[in-house]
Amino acid sequence: MSAAPFSWIKPEPWGIHVVAADCWVDPSRAVDKALVTHGHADHARGGHGQTVATPETLAIMELRYRTGAEDDAGEIPHQAVPVEYGETIRLPGGVDATYIPAGHVLGSAQILLEHAGERVIVTGDYKRRADPTCPAFEVTPCDIFITEATFGLPVFCHPPIAEEMAKLLDRLAAHPDRCVLVGAYALGKAQRVIAELRAAGHRQPIYLHGAMEKMCRLYEEHGVDLGELRLVADHSKEDMRGHVVVCPPSALNDRWSRRLPEPITAMASGWMRVRQRARQRNVELPLVISDHADWGELTRTIEEVDAQENWITHGREDALLRWCQLHQRRARALALVGYEDEDD
Amino acid sequence: MEEFAALIDALVYTRSRNEKLRLIAEYLRATPDPDRGWALAALADGLDFPAVKSSTIRNLLKDRVDPVLWTLSRDFVGDTAETASLLWPSPDREPDPPSVSESVDLLSAMSRKSVVAELPRLLDRLDAAGRYALLKLATGGMRIGVSSRLAKTAFAQAFAVSVDEVEEYWHGLEPPYTALFDWAAKGQPPPDIDNLPTFRPFMLAHPLEETVVDLGDYAAEWKWDGIRVQIVHAGWETRIYSRSGDDISSTFPELLDVLPFPAVLDGELLVRGSTQGGEEGGAASFNALQQRLGRKTVSKKMLREFPAFVRLYDVLLLDGEDQRERPWTDRRTTLEKLMGRLPDSHFDISRVVEARDFDHLAQIREGSRDDEIEGLMLKRKDSPYISGRRVGYWYKWKRDPLLVDCVLMYAQRGSGKRSSFFSDYTFGCWDGDPDQGADLLPVGKAYSGFTDEELKKIDRHVRQNTVNRFGPVRETERKLVFEVAFDSVHASKRHKSGLAMRFPRIHRIRWDKPPHEADRIDALRALIRD
Repeated sequence: MSAAPFSWIKPEPWGIHVVAADCWVDPSRAVDKALVTHGHADHARGGHGQTVATPETLAIMELRYRTGAEDDAGEIPHQAVPVEYGETIRLPGGVDATYIPAGHVLGSAQILLEHAGERVIVTGDYKRRADPTCPAFEVTPCDIFITEATFGLPVFCHPPIAEEMAKLLDRLAAHPDRCVLVGAYALGKAQRVIAELRAAGHRQPIYLHGAMEKMCRLYEEHGVDLGELRLVADHSKEDMRGHVVVCPPSALNDRWSRRLPEPITAMASGWMRVRQRARQRNVELPLVISDHADWGELTRTIEEVDAQENWITHGREDALLRWCQLHQRRARALALVGYEDEDD
Repeated sequence: MEEFAALIDALVYTRSRNEKLRLIAEYLRATPDPDRGWALAALADGLDFPAVKSSTIRNLLKDRVDPVLWTLSRDFVGDTAETASLLWPSPDREPDPPSVSESVDLLSAMSRKSVVAELPRLLDRLDAAGRYALLKLATGGMRIGVSSRLAKTAFAQAFAVSVDEVEEYWHGLEPPYTALFDWAAKGQPPPDIDNLPTFRPFMLAHPLEETVVDLGDYAAEWKWDGIRVQIVHAGWETRIYSRSGDDISSTFPELLDVLPFPAVLDGELLVRGSTQGGEEGGAASFNALQQRLGRKTVSKKMLREFPAFVRLYDVLLLDGEDQRERPWTDRRTTLEKLMGRLPDSHFDISRVVEARDFDHLAQIREGSRDDEIEGLMLKRKDSPYISGRRVGYWYKWKRDPLLVDCVLMYAQRGSGKRSSFFSDYTFGCWDGDPDQGADLLPVGKAYSGFTDEELKKIDRHVRQNTVNRFGPVRETERKLVFEVAFDSVHASKRHKSGLAMRFPRIHRIRWDKPPHEADRIDALRALIRD
């Protein structure tokens, strides 16, 4: 009995099921065995029996799911299996999994799955721009390319990050009595913004919302230099005048920001490309900075990978599907649930 | 155009009203004529170029971008001009931005035919922010959180003049408002509008809500359910203006030769008819009036079946005398005397509602279910006639709305501030017993009445319960119940349900209520009064 091509892998609403190995990629519910692409909560949920991921991703998950006091009682024994970039591990049922850099955040990986001579890549989230906090995306040939499409509309074109940094620093210089409060996703975006500010020559201390601290320390432990960081809680309004403050997007319009010196509200997100989106978030200084591929990167990647078939997940599948159709590339949309794209 | 584009962008991202005023005022002071006048007109009124419409831009883009990708992008962004500015292919050469007035000249000179070649040439001279500003300016309606009033206030601030005076001259002038700048910025005499039939800003009312007023200080009138109009006679000409100041004279030709002396009067435009819910010789329901609205030419049959008249509320100017500073009581006396000089075929007066005290008035309000009445107005007896909405002078006290439980059927993406959220909802009632297999029929559409938090929740509900997609519209699983508030309901041949609701809005979201317990169409039909 010979199995139909690719019958060993099956998209389900709550994740990609690797049937032959009885494990799941980025499942949105707890499973016995999970292969996790990166540490964002919508891809890396807690409670799996076994988690296979890069050491960085495992460290991030450890920080997110094990340090909370409430997790201690009645915890299911959890097994973490680290896989380095470029390393291949053998799963049951004759499936090989290789973790390849995705360029999204620290530890993020595409997972190449091979079985019976068939190659499938699950990208998780990725981008193609340079990022000082993680290794760059590597184009890898495969038969089925399962790509994200968060910014899968031709209106999305992320400008060079240096331009956005210049915008931020110009505004800071123009208002020496105020601070610029940058809302940035706590894992990845915040550290990238800080690292890019350093690359742009900004040597001043940068102030952090308390919720950012541990993740920044984790990045530093993994060799990412973030310069001098201070906690908002330890400082007065006066100290913060003329400085950059970084907080999670949810804190931007929160009471918390009242302790800051007349903050100019900025947000670092790919959605900021659309004016009304920035207005919806009450953002005064939109910074178009994303850890996802923009339209140009998505379409270029599909061309470069040149898979027989493209499966498109979480995001604006319709438009990328249409592009594939216009360019004679086979494609289908997967209806995965549970992926949030609100804050990137 | 770079300065204007920078202004527009700064305004988009500014929340503070004072900061917006400062930005506009600074621009108006620093920019030469006539650029600043055109910019002010674009902010306050929106400019109109017959050859350049949203559809023009759509068509231009569809030649350059795949139509499906265009539509998906437009639905997400929620604004045609912005979508186009983002999707327009950036030209290889350096931008060569035209000035605002050069842009206006070029746009005005375009015809439906030439626009296809000329607008792209103009867009190619600009960067993305410039394209956005140009397309916003070209298609009117900036939608950047700047009201007409705010723009005028900024003008007044820029040159230290009174905004009421600006309002007064505004409607007698035309873009680029050179005479206005000559007066305010260069100290020349004010524009002369005395003999022009121009619009004067309306006095508006606040909702009464929790306030209780003393009827010793306030007079009550019915709030009639027609359209608020201003009828102006000056320089041997009569004009009729809507609440927003639009000239709607041609829609109501029967009113253009019945005001025989110079005056500016405030009233409610209604149509006659006892058959549509009103008393004999009195007003018909809004539904009847609706037959007359929005028409550029009016047939004899229309004039005969739905004759219009004005029920007068107030007098602003009379025989060259400004009445607006006088207290309401005095203006009312003048208005009552004036009725003898007006033909009662086309005018009557909105009578004062007498009540012993506030409780008695509340009873009277509850008792009125006549269709042509929206509620009550309370006017402070010593109130002058002031443009806009001032606290404490006039209140509107609408009747409590009618309520019905409906089921969400379709949702559509909103635009502007709500772009990319599913914020426009079509809902239905059961056409019989749902447990016996009856179906839902759409009865109305609403896009207000919920908070931003609730919007996010409904948006998520729509995304997770989509059963069908039709372009920007999603059909949802029929499981969410809305309590819908509305002012009245009328028979309508245009809808499958045979009903049309007036002012439907979401009153409560009944996450708890099973859909089969929503109301049936019969319940709604029983509320029809015409």
